[in-house]
Amino acid sequence: MTTLSLTDMQAISERHPDVFAGSWRKTLTGWAVGLGLVAYLAFAWWFFAAGAVLAGGNWGIAGTYLADWVSYEVRPQIDFKDDRLDISYPRFSAYRADRHPHWLSFERPATTAAAAPANKASASHVTAFIGSNDSIEVTPAQVLVRRGGETLDVAVVRRVSVVASGPLPSWATQKKPGEKITVDFGFAGSAQIDADDVNIRHRFFGWENFFFDGHSPYWGKSTGEVMSLIASDERIDSKMSNAALAWDNIVNNSEWQHGDVWIKMLQTIVMAFVGTLFASLLAFPLAFLAARNITQNRLVNQVAKRFFDFLRSVDMLIWALFFTRAFGPGPIAGISAIFFTDTGTFGKLYSEALENIDDKQREGMRSVGASPASVQRYGVVPQVLPVLISQSLYFWESNTRSATIIGAVGAGGIGLKLWEAMRTNSDWENVAYMVLLILIVVFIFDNISTALRQRLIGNKASH
Amino acid sequence: MTMPLSEAGLAVEQHWRELASRRRLYTAGSLFFLFIALSGSLWFANDSNAGKFFDRLPHVFDFVDQLIPRDGLEVWRAMFDLPSPYADGSLKFDYPEGRMYLFGSFYLPEYVYKMLETINIALVSTLIGFAFGFLLCFLAASNLVTQRWLRFFVRRFLEILRAFPEIVIAGFFLAILSMGAIPAIIAVSLHTIGALGKLFFEVVENADMKADEGLRAVGGNWPERVWFGIVPQVMPNFLSYGLLRLEINVRASTIIGAVGGGGIGEALRLSISRNHEAKTIAIIILLFCTIVAVDQFSAWLRKRLVGEQAFAFGRGD
Repeated sequence: MTTLSLTDMQAISERHPDVFAGSWRKTLTGWAVGLGLVAYLAFAWWFFAAGAVLAGGNWGIAGTYLADWVSYEVRPQIDFKDDRLDISYPRFSAYRADRHPHWLSFERPATTAAAAPANKASASHVTAFIGSNDSIEVTPAQVLVRRGGETLDVAVVRRVSVVASGPLPSWATQKKPGEKITVDFGFAGSAQIDADDVNIRHRFFGWENFFFDGHSPYWGKSTGEVMSLIASDERIDSKMSNAALAWDNIVNNSEWQHGDVWIKMLQTIVMAFVGTLFASLLAFPLAFLAARNITQNRLVNQVAKRFFDFLRSVDMLIWALFFTRAFGPGPIAGISAIFFTDTGTFGKLYSEALENIDDKQREGMRSVGASPASVQRYGVVPQVLPVLISQSLYFWESNTRSATIIGAVGAGGIGLKLWEAMRTNSDWENVAYMVLLILIVVFIFDNISTALRQRLIGNKASH
Repeated sequence: MTMPLSEAGLAVEQHWRELASRRRLYTAGSLFFLFIALSGSLWFANDSNAGKFFDRLPHVFDFVDQLIPRDGLEVWRAMFDLPSPYADGSLKFDYPEGRMYLFGSFYLPEYVYKMLETINIALVSTLIGFAFGFLLCFLAASNLVTQRWLRFFVRRFLEILRAFPEIVIAGFFLAILSMGAIPAIIAVSLHTIGALGKLFFEVVENADMKADEGLRAVGGNWPERVWFGIVPQVMPNFLSYGLLRLEINVRASTIIGAVGGGGIGEALRLSISRNHEAKTIAIIILLFCTIVAVDQFSAWLRKRLVGEQAFAFGRGD
């Protein structure tokens, strides 16, 4: 075996530069395509004003929104009064004047000039424990914040000023002397010390009140306690059994709206199922008209094919908007939109499958004198049916996803609920819940559809 | 006249009868199940719809009637932003309002401009999705990567991108960036990365490994093996899938547009809900022509790239 030395190689490449240099046209095309792409992306950057939009974005809040997906805040507010403190919670919180989180402890004042309003609890001294070393202690004229060994002492003159004794630690900020001080505890929360009140935000992992909201008698109880309550005979509500009450409370949970979410999810599933099924049923006979080798009439073929193209090219969105106006918002609009679009898609797919069949079986049927209908039934259908059903099943799964999106324009299902939850900008945990439900449903349907397809046409189904 | 059967023949016949009747039972059972599911679904859909199907059916034709503009030319006026003789100061006939003046008195009609915006959203997202799908797919292919954990990780990542509802990504970035095209681009791009990445790594796994073997024999490192051994054979298929994705993305960006991502989708939603018939018809015609044109162009280009080789036709999500 001969081996080339490096000098030999160089000599050869010098003698035949055209072989080794590669075609200049190819090189040039490569550069032209690359430069064209860069130029186009630069144009798109300018066209969409991407720089300005991205810079103008409220990126600080993105972290909070993301944290909201898997965590929640409890936000007690402590108002300074002359000789006392008033503790209150946001309107829809499960905590109330007579129900406080365990990490908030306070002493009731001995005597006060005036009683606190009914929705507030009065106190002389409040301590909120944020972490093992972190806490906030509030008295009518002073706030003490401890964080990781450091202590911040703030003197408050009601309605006038907030003054820290000594320099501020790195975790506290104040824009102007005398104005509010913001204290940051990292993920665990933050607090805002104002001349009127102290706002504490304490963040926890998990979904708050997922099963029972604040109105439920089961609220705040451990699983064991809930179970034993359900098992006990003594009724909490005389109208129904404890188990029925628990179920009712879960379904009608005002924060998570489980019942409504499940109904909407079911609507989405139904939309995909009925839309796909009807589309397959209508497209099946029409595809026989569109297939060149089955219907020998060119005009009929063309009319059927253009009809399919029309249904498919008028986008699903247009159909969805159209039927939402026509039928009113709800799953019927969604079913109709999927039905119209997919009749076109299936028609095209089915007629292509029919045009690719093996002609021998039809010939055999014809040669024994079978009627035209029998020729189709026994010569054509057995060949294509598994493929057609497999395609329909594939679209059934993919339509479950599409049904979510067109729902957002009013065509029924979970889409609109999802969209509304996002528009409020505060219910990101509900968005996470619904996304999780959608992912589970799509995952299940994906598996059912793949399993059925594999049984029908073997391993080709893996597309 | 039937011949009497022997004992063996009778056994075969009986066995066949049993099989046939079981088969019939299964078919009847599944059809029955399907029928029950369908009736239940239809009842549920009708029950939870805002309008009932048979009550609303006559109104559907009313609505179609409402969609017919006063005169045929109105549609052209709406499409090209020409002043309407019916102008009464309302939004319905304010066609010239949305003109985009480029230079002098030359302008782009509003809807043409919005259509271009939607096409650009689709094109940019497809390019971004193509680039990242291209980079990731080689890491997910079992014939190129021996580390199981890496493949597993990349595949799960692509799956999540594909399955995560686009509308949620769009909604999240709409909350941060406010209305506009960028959230739509981000949403559609992320989805495209997942969808194309999956199709790409399947192509890579079916590639001929002889070229790769040759490169390995002369001591090529991993990037060289991929770039000179695999990429040349898979590139036509990649481009073809990319074009198929472009068709899908034009539709997807229209839909995302309708829920706040800008472009023609939003214009269509507004004009339908406000009963502006001429504008609606103009937008539908524009959208229809664009989708047909993009589909035709992509089909033609795909045929040139990979010949008659058929692709599994789907929306490829």
